Amino acid sequence: MSGPGALLAVLALAGVAIAVPWLTPDRLRSPLSGGASALLGLGGVAAGVAAMGGAGGVLTLPLVVPATAGLDPVTLAPTPLGGVFLVVAGGVGALAAFFGIGYAHGPAASRTAWSAYAAFLLGMLLVPAAADVLSFLLAWELMAVASTVLVLADHAVRPTVRSATLWYAVMTHLSFLLLLAGFAVLAAGAGGTAFERIAAAQASGPAASVAFVLLVLGFGTKAGLVPLHVWLPRAHPEAPSHVSAAMSAAMVKMGVYGILLTLGLLAPGPQWWGFGLLVLGCASALYGVLQAAVNSDLKRLLAYSTSENVGLIVTALGVGVLLGDAGQRRVAEVAIVAALLLVVSHAAFKTALFLGAGSILHVTGERDLDRLGGLVHTHPFTAISFGLGAMGATALPITSGFVAEWVLLQALVHGDGRADRLIAVTLPLAMGVVALTVGLGLLTFVKAWAIAFLARPRSERAANPDHAQGSHDHSITMIAGLVVSGALVVALGFAAGPLSVELARAAGVGGVERVGLLGVAFPAVGVLLEPAALTLLALAIAVPFAAYNAVLRVRRPRRDTELPWGCGGVRTSPRMEYTATSYAEPLVRIFGASLDPTRQLTVEHPEGNPLLVSRVTFSQRLVDVIEQRAYLPVKRAVLRLGDAARLVQNGSIHRYLAFSFVALLLVLAVVSL
Amino acid sequence: MNAAVLAVLAAQVVVALALTPLLIGVMRQVRTRLEGRAGPGVWQPWRDTVKLLAKEPLRAAGSSWVLWLAPAALVVSSVMVVALIPLIATPALPLLPADLFVVVSVLLVGTVALALLGLESGTAFGGMGSSRHMMIAALVEPTVLIAVYALSIPAATSSLGTIIASRLTDVTAVMTPAGLLAIVALFVVVLAECGRLPVDNPATHLELTMVHEAMILESGGRDLAWLELGSWLRLTALLGLVVNLAAPWGIATEPTPAGLAVGVAAFSVKLLAAGAGIAAAEVFLAKLRLFRVPELLAGSFVLAFLAVTASYLVA
Repeated sequence: MSGPGALLAVLALAGVAIAVPWLTPDRLRSPLSGGASALLGLGGVAAGVAAMGGAGGVLTLPLVVPATAGLDPVTLAPTPLGGVFLVVAGGVGALAAFFGIGYAHGPAASRTAWSAYAAFLLGMLLVPAAADVLSFLLAWELMAVASTVLVLADHAVRPTVRSATLWYAVMTHLSFLLLLAGFAVLAAGAGGTAFERIAAAQASGPAASVAFVLLVLGFGTKAGLVPLHVWLPRAHPEAPSHVSAAMSAAMVKMGVYGILLTLGLLAPGPQWWGFGLLVLGCASALYGVLQAAVNSDLKRLLAYSTSENVGLIVTALGVGVLLGDAGQRRVAEVAIVAALLLVVSHAAFKTALFLGAGSILHVTGERDLDRLGGLVHTHPFTAISFGLGAMGATALPITSGFVAEWVLLQALVHGDGRADRLIAVTLPLAMGVVALTVGLGLLTFVKAWAIAFLARPRSERAANPDHAQGSHDHSITMIAGLVVSGALVVALGFAAGPLSVELARAAGVGGVERVGLLGVAFPAVGVLLEPAALTLLALAIAVPFAAYNAVLRVRRPRRDTELPWGCGGVRTSPRMEYTATSYAEPLVRIFGASLDPTRQLTVEHPEGNPLLVSRVTFSQRLVDVIEQRAYLPVKRAVLRLGDAARLVQNGSIHRYLAFSFVALLLVLAVVSL
Repeated sequence: MNAAVLAVLAAQVVVALALTPLLIGVMRQVRTRLEGRAGPGVWQPWRDTVKLLAKEPLRAAGSSWVLWLAPAALVVSSVMVVALIPLIATPALPLLPADLFVVVSVLLVGTVALALLGLESGTAFGGMGSSRHMMIAALVEPTVLIAVYALSIPAATSSLGTIIASRLTDVTAVMTPAGLLAIVALFVVVLAECGRLPVDNPATHLELTMVHEAMILESGGRDLAWLELGSWLRLTALLGLVVNLAAPWGIATEPTPAGLAVGVAAFSVKLLAAGAGIAAAEVFLAKLRLFRVPELLAGSFVLAFLAVTASYLVA
């Protein structure tokens, strides 16, 4: 497709997908609406692929714009870079919608919810297609409002949904305000709102720095960067899981797109821009992964992991900007490719993980890891798909995450610190942060996968899945969604070469080549990675091993036993197993200062015998330290201000009339001056 | 050329497989002798492995495919690491360089396999070992990468073969402060990663202090044999990497038969000597309390970080 055809198709499909839920009977609503939304997503993918090939087309929307205000027409014209994000948003949106056909029930399958989902998806597709500030902000707001409606879906069932939605609404509009201010600074300087005009103006100086800070903070809020992440761990767990997947895997990426857009609109700035991005990214990565490692709520854990991954992406961008400023363009290009690979990879594995979490929630009604276990026997598809997603998240070979983090580490290791002391210190530290993030991420996902799927069930609901209240068996669409998203994680890892080359071309950077069958090479820094060769080596070792093992198996088959060792005792209760909380206990101790856990341990003794123990109670509460220390004081101050305002409003009509009279006098006085 | 390099990879695997039980045997024997006991001789790990391989494994009710997949994943990943790391010769296949980050990722597959196995058994011990193992792995990660980063700066590459080859040609590079700091840091993390004292006691059983043993407690028969062999191979690979970085002499830079023979001999001597040294030192060391381990690892991280900044700012 070329020209505006793909864009028109997206708009038409969106119209259909928004209307379908209102026109279909209840029984067919989920299949038809989900199918329509999935088609819309695929349309977005097609438009994105066209845009990546440079044939995105231009579509000027006939919206009424006051001609005097210095506004350019509302135009959609996706750039190749926007095309990447179109593909990501469309693909994730389609998969999540397809999964939602079987998953959504109750309020999440209502007319409003399905319609809002389509609108949300449309918003996500229009953001990277926008070619001017006005259409960008309109699309951004559509995305924000529709997703707020979706987060609110279950508000009648769980009261926590309401507070989560409030947090989300406040933060997302804070983001909008910051963006409005940032773009206003740029548009005022450029004398128009088209991105082309703004980029041509090449803003620099203090105005550019102000716009940079406003825009990065605005986009960072959406992207879930620490310390602006507070909405993520609240909204993601409360939204229906397919919506969480779309929000986490696609919507937060729009924040990343925004940061890339900002960098493209501005002339290269002072060194602290890159350094600031790097610090913001590293802080998010570390804080996110630490919180994810100690959390036991599966979806909350995944939400923090989103913060972590966006942190890694922004770290890569920061390295790119920092090295680009220092004149090391070739290494900077590697970092930019790493950032885009991380975007695509996170989209793939976070979809698999959230859909898997949704599937667990669906069959057990639980998202507390401490109460799960043993699901690998009853739900093998979920186990494998979630497992592949977890492998991607932990950058194990050969997955998309592995390739992306390999490229990021190559960018870090090849940056030359000899010329600049700041770089000489920041690059190794960034490398340490990335490495620690990877390490803690491993712990997090070993915990998440193994506690949920292995060993024995830790609760009645996990022991008898599918019989949980209000849930039903897995439908074919859910299984298909799981399998496709899991397979994508691996496929994108194997397609390292073609994927990297396409992404580099879309971002307009060079220095990437294909090598071998599927491999990727960065000739400028002299490194290459060939997944096919690595697989061949693994097979060359695994096949003889398997053959030898098969011989051994024939000779001495495995024997079933009720009690292998059990440390000398009969296994009594699953309560003796390690839980997610106990798994992370050493970390909570080590990082106690930054996690600030509240623990209570009470030991009770039998009457008159202080040496024996009759009962031990332990409870631990972990809170988000940043939320506690930075946001709650502000909230309390606002509430106090509200209380103070009550002093002048005592309900007396006479007093209000007096206020009006004084106000009138003031106005007259001002006018007469 | 490529066929010769393939032969090198195969030779590395064979040598490592043959040498690894001997390395463990030597380490145990040195330790027992220093403690005034007779010891079973250096070939005991070989005999143990052969015996375990012939025995049947058990499957507990409620266990899953992780039970047999984890030992297999551990062995395959360990053997891959042994093939990738330049142990006896530095040349690598053009499409399969001994890239540091790839090696670390493959090692992590084994780490994760062990941790999953620990949780699979569903006993308190397994979970405890798994949790501690992953915590140590997570804290080790930054030091490993930064230490090799420091060593890679003079060679400007993350390919281990090139780094070792460049250290071989430039003897002064081996003795720079940055290089020494990095080697010390790397050595500490190898001890931690392979479960040696003072981080984990390889000789301990059924104590609340154990890490590695706790995870494999429920495995038996050939599962146990593979788990032990896989873990030992990791020690061979990592210790081999450290000795080759610290003292690269003897490693072959060309895949010729004569060079390989020298490489094998030099590697065997270096590895066994390093193993004997570690075992001798272990006699005088007590295991650190688990929550003191992060301090040790943080110390090694600082060394590695100093090594990087030193090689940028001093050189």
